[in-house]
Amino acid sequence: MSLGSITEHAPGASPSTAKWIGGTIAALILWSLIYSQLVPFAEWVVALTPVDPKSHLGEAISFFAYDTPKVLMLLTLVVFGMGVVRSFFSPEKTRALLAGKHEGVGNVLAASLGIVTPFCSCSAVPLFIGFISAGVPLGVTFSFLISAPMVNEVALGLLFGLVGWKVALTYLGFGLAVAIVSGWVIGRLHLEHWLEEWVRNIRSSAVELPPEELSAVDRIKAGIDAVHEIVGKVWPWVIAGIATGAFIHGYVPSDLLVLIMGRDAWWSVPAAVVIGIPMYSNAAGIIPVVEALITKGAALGTVLAFMMAVIALSLPEMIILRKVLTIRLIAVFVGVVGTGILAVGFLFNALF
Amino acid sequence: MKDIKVLGPGCARCTTTAEMVQKEADKLGIPVKVEKVTDYAAIAGYGIASTPGIVIDGKVVHAGGLPKSEDLARWLAA
Repeated sequence: MSLGSITEHAPGASPSTAKWIGGTIAALILWSLIYSQLVPFAEWVVALTPVDPKSHLGEAISFFAYDTPKVLMLLTLVVFGMGVVRSFFSPEKTRALLAGKHEGVGNVLAASLGIVTPFCSCSAVPLFIGFISAGVPLGVTFSFLISAPMVNEVALGLLFGLVGWKVALTYLGFGLAVAIVSGWVIGRLHLEHWLEEWVRNIRSSAVELPPEELSAVDRIKAGIDAVHEIVGKVWPWVIAGIATGAFIHGYVPSDLLVLIMGRDAWWSVPAAVVIGIPMYSNAAGIIPVVEALITKGAALGTVLAFMMAVIALSLPEMIILRKVLTIRLIAVFVGVVGTGILAVGFLFNALF
Repeated sequence: MKDIKVLGPGCARCTTTAEMVQKEADKLGIPVKVEKVTDYAAIAGYGIASTPGIVIDGKVVHAGGLPKSEDLARWLAA
């Protein structure tokens, strides 16, 4: 490592730093200008078509024309912000914070760090083994693994933008609670012997990585990279989700939805969880559907339970985890998390 | 000849990382042998918690996400 490369990386107010920060601020101003014009834009699009705005098709088109740019813009903003925040965290730093922590405190910390630690499901197995072999308790590791995909920036940002801050905060609170309690329960069951044998035999010490010197510009770039990567990957899901939402808005009668997903249908919560578990979508695809369901009179608890089940538990994730967990442990994992989500759905419908 | 290992279960980013290492080494004229380690147990043995990881002559220099090319140059030159 040469001295020259260190000074290049040192954070400081160089002219190029000022340019980057100025550019970011300009982009944010442009963003809010465009965002404020979305309603007139959607009305203009509907007016272009020969369709009556009050008809089923008119409502569906206006929902689609308004929500597509709105959701994509919100997603871009939230993912950018979170990309910057996440540049301060890494799985290795999180592991160092969690190693040797007791259950309880450890579960709370792990679930919270799950929100801000960069995590990709393709790296779930190395992360799992890396945590366990460095002495992070099994239950604490699970709290992280439940929270990281479920309580994420895409889900929170879209709920905030489409359904409102109250629902977003509720999702955050209940999502953390499910991750904390499920991890704690799995820890209390002492199921370490249900890990695959080769996982139990790995004894490695956590590696010390050379410290990374990130400047303000590097962090802005991290945000832009996150936008490229995440928005670039999920936009087809978003459009499919909005199209489904538009269909529900325009065509599914409210009476039917209230009957099936209203708060009087007690069985709808377990049904939503059971249907949601094997389904695989990400938050970006499911939230436009969630918004449409809520405006059509579906009970919020039922919808939240459905959403959590879809995002937190999925078949592809279980197949990945099968490499390190025995079938029995996966069954316990799904059972505990599913029960937690069920409780959230019932509790929420009862309270609100 | 520098012995370089790229740790990762074979995801797209791991392949890209291996290509970036080779390209940067070629650019700098540093002879390297790049090897991909895809076995989970072997990856875990290096003590990282995120992939792709980069090991140069037995020392872990990077874990998680694509490396920056200026960092790669620094690690390769060290």
